[in-house]
This record gives sequence, C-alpha cells and structure tokens, in this order.
Amino acid sequence: MAAFQIARRFLRSRSYCSILFFFSSDLIRATLFPGDGIGPEIASSSKRYQFMSLPIGFLSESYPSLPIGFLSESYPIFSAADVPIEWEEHFVGTEVDPRTQSFVTWESLESVRRNKVGLKGPMATPIGKGHRSLNLTLRKELNLFANVRPCYSLPGYKTRYDDVNLITIRENTEGEYSGLEHQVVRGVVESLKIITRQASLRVAEYAFYYAKAHGRERVSAIHKANIMQKTDGLFLKCCREVAEKYPEITYEEVVIDNCCMMLVKNPALFDVLVMPNLYGDIISDLCAGLIGGLGLTPSRLDLLIPLAFIHSLNIGEGGIALAEAVHGSAPDIAGKNLANPTALLLSGVSMLRHLELHDKADRIQDAVLKTIAEGKYRTADLGGSSKTSEFTKAIIGHL
Amino acid sequence: MAQRTPSILKHLISGGQQHLRSSCLRRSITYMPRPANHGSKPVTPITEDGTPRPVTLIPGDGIGPLVTGAVEQVMAAMRAPVTFEKFDDVNGNMSKMPEEVMDSIKKTKVCLKGGLITPVGGGVSSLNVSLRKELDLFVSLVNCFNLPGLPTRHDKVDIVVIRENTEGEYSGLEHEVVPGVVESLKVITKFCSERIAQYAFEYAHLNNRKTVTAVHKANIMKLADGLFLESCREIAKRYPDIKYNEIIVDNCCMQLVSRPEQFDVMVTPNLYGNLVANTAAGIAGGTGVMPGGNVGTEYAIFEQGASAGNVGKPKMVEKKRANPIALLLSSAMMLRHLQLPKYADNLETAVKRVICEGKYRTKDLGGSNTTQEVVDAVIKALDS
Repeated sequence: MAAFQIARRFLRSRSYCSILFFFSSDLIRATLFPGDGIGPEIASSSKRYQFMSLPIGFLSESYPSLPIGFLSESYPIFSAADVPIEWEEHFVGTEVDPRTQSFVTWESLESVRRNKVGLKGPMATPIGKGHRSLNLTLRKELNLFANVRPCYSLPGYKTRYDDVNLITIRENTEGEYSGLEHQVVRGVVESLKIITRQASLRVAEYAFYYAKAHGRERVSAIHKANIMQKTDGLFLKCCREVAEKYPEITYEEVVIDNCCMMLVKNPALFDVLVMPNLYGDIISDLCAGLIGGLGLTPSRLDLLIPLAFIHSLNIGEGGIALAEAVHGSAPDIAGKNLANPTALLLSGVSMLRHLELHDKADRIQDAVLKTIAEGKYRTADLGGSSKTSEFTKAIIGHL
Repeated sequence: MAQRTPSILKHLISGGQQHLRSSCLRRSITYMPRPANHGSKPVTPITEDGTPRPVTLIPGDGIGPLVTGAVEQVMAAMRAPVTFEKFDDVNGNMSKMPEEVMDSIKKTKVCLKGGLITPVGGGVSSLNVSLRKELDLFVSLVNCFNLPGLPTRHDKVDIVVIRENTEGEYSGLEHEVVPGVVESLKVITKFCSERIAQYAFEYAHLNNRKTVTAVHKANIMKLADGLFLESCREIAKRYPDIKYNEIIVDNCCMQLVSRPEQFDVMVTPNLYGNLVANTAAGIAGGTGVMPGGNVGTEYAIFEQGASAGNVGKPKMVEKKRANPIALLLSSAMMLRHLQLPKYADNLETAVKRVICEGKYRTKDLGGSNTTQEVVDAVIKALDS
C-alpha cells in the first residue's frame, strides 16, 4: 500500500516532464499580472516580445502615466521576438475576494490554473487585516512548492563576483516557515519546523529534472543534518533517493554554514542547489547579493539594488509555472518611466524556457544582456541615466 | 581601522606598547569579556601574580593537532605564563566528552580546542555542541575583519558576530510524528535572548563599538523571533550610546556580500548566527584566519572562529599545510581573556606582521608554505 502511494506520488510529481500546455493554435496563452507600483510599466516592456509590431507611440515619455484602460487596449502590441504568446491580463482587485480571502481574484487564479503559465510583476500587499498576502495566496492556492532562482553574473556589469552561474531551488511549502508557533509558558516560545517525505521528494525530483533539462551537471543538497539529524536527515535521504535515478548528474551534500562560506569565496563551485525553505530563502538572497549592484545610487532607487536582475520561477503541482520579478513595487518611482524592467524580462525568459521555447528565450536574453553589457542605455539603478522606454527600445534594437 | 582598546584594559597596556605598532599593524582583535552577571563588576582578573595559568588543551581531529601544536610552540617561544593540560585522545566520534577532560576544564575554566569532527546522521550528537551545552557557553563570538596585506573582495570589514549558542534551531529536539513527517523544535526563551543581548551590548560598550544589529526572521516566525527582538529592544534601551537596529536574515546575507562595511556588532539566534558568521568570515578572508570563541558565565573555550566541525581534508593534514593563523589569533583572544594583554598584543602583532609581509602563507591565502614555516615566521616576528 505504502509502495503504491509512493509510486503515485512520483507519477504526480513527474507530471512536469510531459508538456501539459495545449496549443489551440500556435498560440500559447499565459496569464500576466502586471502588478502595481512600477509593475505595469516594466510589464509592458516585457509584453513587447509578443506578436505585433510595436507602435512607436507606446514608447513615448508620456506612456507610463496613461490610464490603465488605455494600456489594456494596447495589448496586442509586441514583438520583435515573435514569441507565440497571448497574454491574458489580470489585475489585483480593489476589494478582497471572499473566495480567495485576498485581493487576488478567483478568476485570476483560474486563469493561471488553466494556462499553466504566468508572469507576475511586483505586487505590494495592501496593509490591513482580514486578508491574506498576495504572494501567500498565490503560493497556497496554486500549490507552488518550489522556487527556482537563477543567478548569473551579467557580462559587462561590474560586480565583485563575475563567475556566478548557479540555480537555487527552494522548497516553499513547509520547513521552518510552517507558521506553527506557540508560547509554551511565559517567556518560552516554540516554533515547529516540519519536513515531510512527500514535499522533500517533490522538490528533489524537480531539482534533478531541472538540472537535466537545462544541461546542468551537478546538484548540491544544502542541509544541517549534522545538528538536525532527523529533519534535515529526511530531506537528504529523499535527495539521495532521487539522485539514484539520475546517474548522469553528480550529487553532493553541503552543510549550510560551509555553503555560505564557499559561496562568498568561490561561487563557481556550485551549479544547482536544492534546499529546505529557510536555507533557500537565505542562500537565494545571498546569491542575489553576489551578482547585484554595489549600490552606487544614493536615492530610494537603491531599493531595487541589488535586485535589479533577480527573478524566479515558482513551480506548482500539475506543472504550473509562475515567473516573477523578485524586487519590490517601488511606488515612489512608479509612473516616472525610471524603473528597470530587466528582472521581469528575464523572468519572462525563464518562463519561455519552461515552455521549452529555448530559441526565443535565448534571443531575448541575449538582447537584454547585450544592452546592459554595452552600457549605453542603463536605468538609474544600474548607474545609467536612461528611461525605461529608452532601455526597452535599445533591447528591441538588439533582438 | 579604528583602534579598539577596551577602556578597562587601556591602563593595563598603556606605555611601552605603542611604538611597536605601525599603522598597518594596529590591533583590531578585541577583548572578549565574560558575561557581566555578577553585579556591577564586569571582569574579575584571573591572574595577578604572574604564576603560570593552566589551560585545558584539546588538539582534536584532522588539522587540530597541527594548529594547536603551532599555538603551543608560539606560547613557549614568548614565554607566556600558560601551561597546557593536554588531552590527545579526544575525537569527534566519541559519544561523550571523557570525564577527566570535563574535570580539567571545570578546574582551569579556560580551554583551547582544535576542531572536532561532527558525524553526519550517525545518531551521535556533535561533541562541539554538547560541550557548549554542558558548560553553558551561551555566547559564540566570531570576529571577522580584513587582515592588512591580505587582499579580499571586500574592504573595510570589521564585524563581530555574537551568536546565541544554546537553544533556537539547534535545540536538538526532534521526532517523527508519523512515518515521513518529521518535526524539529526551535525554542526561544526570554531568559536566553536577554542574556545574549545583554552580552552583545556589554561587548559593544567595552570594545568601543558603535552599533548592534539584531538579525531575525520575525516577519515569518512572529512569536519566536519576535521574542528575541523584544528582548534585544529592551536591553538596547539601557545602552543609549550604542545604536541599535534590526535586519531580516536573508536581507542581512545579501547586504553582507554587497556592503559589509555597514555592519559592526551583530547579535543573532543560533542558526542565523551560524550562517551570518560563516558568510562574514568568507568575505573577510576565510576560516583560516578567523578567530573566535565560546563564553559562558564561568567557562570559556577558544577555537577557530568558523566551522568548528570542519577539520580539513586528510591530504592537507598529511602535507602539514593547515593554516594556523585562526587558532593563533583565537589564542591571542584567550590571552586577553586571561588578563595577559601584553602577551596577546605581542602575538597578534607578530601574526599580522607575517601576514602583512606576505612571505609566509599557507595555500588558502595564496601561498605555498607549511604550517611549521608559518609558525617559525611568527616566532621570529615576536618581540622578545
């Protein structure tokens, strides 16, 4: 019986191996959450890798301050890269949807479930009680169990580390962030870390699948099993089981504190890292720091630093993939045509790779990297003086 | 780098020492006070009359004997009034520290230790951890700083990580709820949080540090890390001269690798401290040069600052090329702890001279020398 259950879990968790996206025509439908703050403006520059040719008016200075209604009409804009994607746009509601207990509407969730892929701009959760945060709602409702964050140095953009090329894969549903806490007696608090076989196998399985699909050679499981022998021990055991099925991929285990040290000394030692929730949270941000900017700009723009390039892909049950930019929505520069769309563009690239549209992904990624490397057009957070629209135009020029 | 001389020690070491230090060799390793739990007097001098002080020495596994041997040689060379009670046969695979070793530490109150291997998943708990628990060494302190003459990716790093060492994530309370579901308890108590916060602020005060930063994840672990923060805030109120701020652990690591110069003293729960200290050690030069120690109200153990369980690869041990700098600097901290600041300064200055000249370095610092060659260079650089 137990064996049967495990086999079933495997089958379920392997479902991303098959392509689940159905093509009604050549068009792939994908959900787009432009988000708020700087979200809509950077999203509109990423939408450009869709179909039709780009109206020049769209790039004008005045565009970002145009009303949202106008934006919706100007959708089918895009693309220089001829990506066969049709975006289904969803905005966060103005009121709490009782079906989701959040500002994310049920229709939006249904859209992601139906399309299986989505791209999400930065969203700020409105302050107040009685509702769930946007990210939490998406994660819970769509069962987003793994968070994949590629980290690579951008050629031509000077940072302290120029040899970073790694992928962090973080278990996103349990572990230290289970939210189970209580006060035992006054002044004594307990917080539970939960590790389950099912969730560990699922994320390990995805990590190895990802490594194989993306031509990566090594998977490192990050743990502290020397101290937390049972919890992290179970996580490791699951990783080992999965590793056996992928003999072509080298598997290693690294203790978390040693991992921190190795990362800052020589990040080139790592390839794909898979880890439980808290470690993943810390390590993925540490890696972001490695490739991020040095914080040269003094203004509030530094909120975006060093996150200007950081993007991630959230993998859910049944092959759902939601790509997102990690940085905040920077409401103070919203509408000023100053935001840096790189992270969202690159998350679009991850999404295309997830859809196995590698050639399109490469074209867009190359164009973005070239534009940044060239250094002529950079937004203020990267030490340049270009507007969002100029930066976008330069990217399109490189396509 | 600002010269950091604790006010209490200032008068002890004043005179005769200043001319030894060129600008490149200014002392930056700080005094590691005992927790000020005994009323208002923060420190009780351990030795006053110059008689040799016994210290327990555990060489440990792997590179341990090599680097503790280095310390023994240097101590002998500068005729430090310290004698070692050495226990060669302690290793990380033992389930429990032998009784005689514990008795020795309880008598001497101070111990110098090489690394002890931590077996992974063998059902044996780490000796490093159990030693800290048994002696109630609740403070783990690592000082991460740039050594002059040693190029690293980051400059101006001078961070002290003060980590709670007895509870939190490493409480060791784990069980299997049902097959395939395992729980681990993170325990945070007000008592332990307050005493670590108290130590951090007292440390900052005595070592002339400006800022204490509490590292947490209270946005997710609202109760546990919330309690930790609450305790830090309360203690912070008693030290109006020291700036207090808070940072979320993931942001902290990101900031550490991009702008480490913004940090001064950091106070953290157990796990975060482990990660933060290793990250900080990594950006400032690596495990090979980071001194550290564990202190409780009664006892203190000095060991290399980061990765106590990492004892090096067999090949390195065989070739005798382990870096002795970390443990030498840790023993300088120990000398200061024993109220022997002159010897501490002498040792530190010699080590820094050797690093600064750059002729003798082990492989991890880009050189090719053996442990013994570095030790000889340090001994030569001592002021006798």
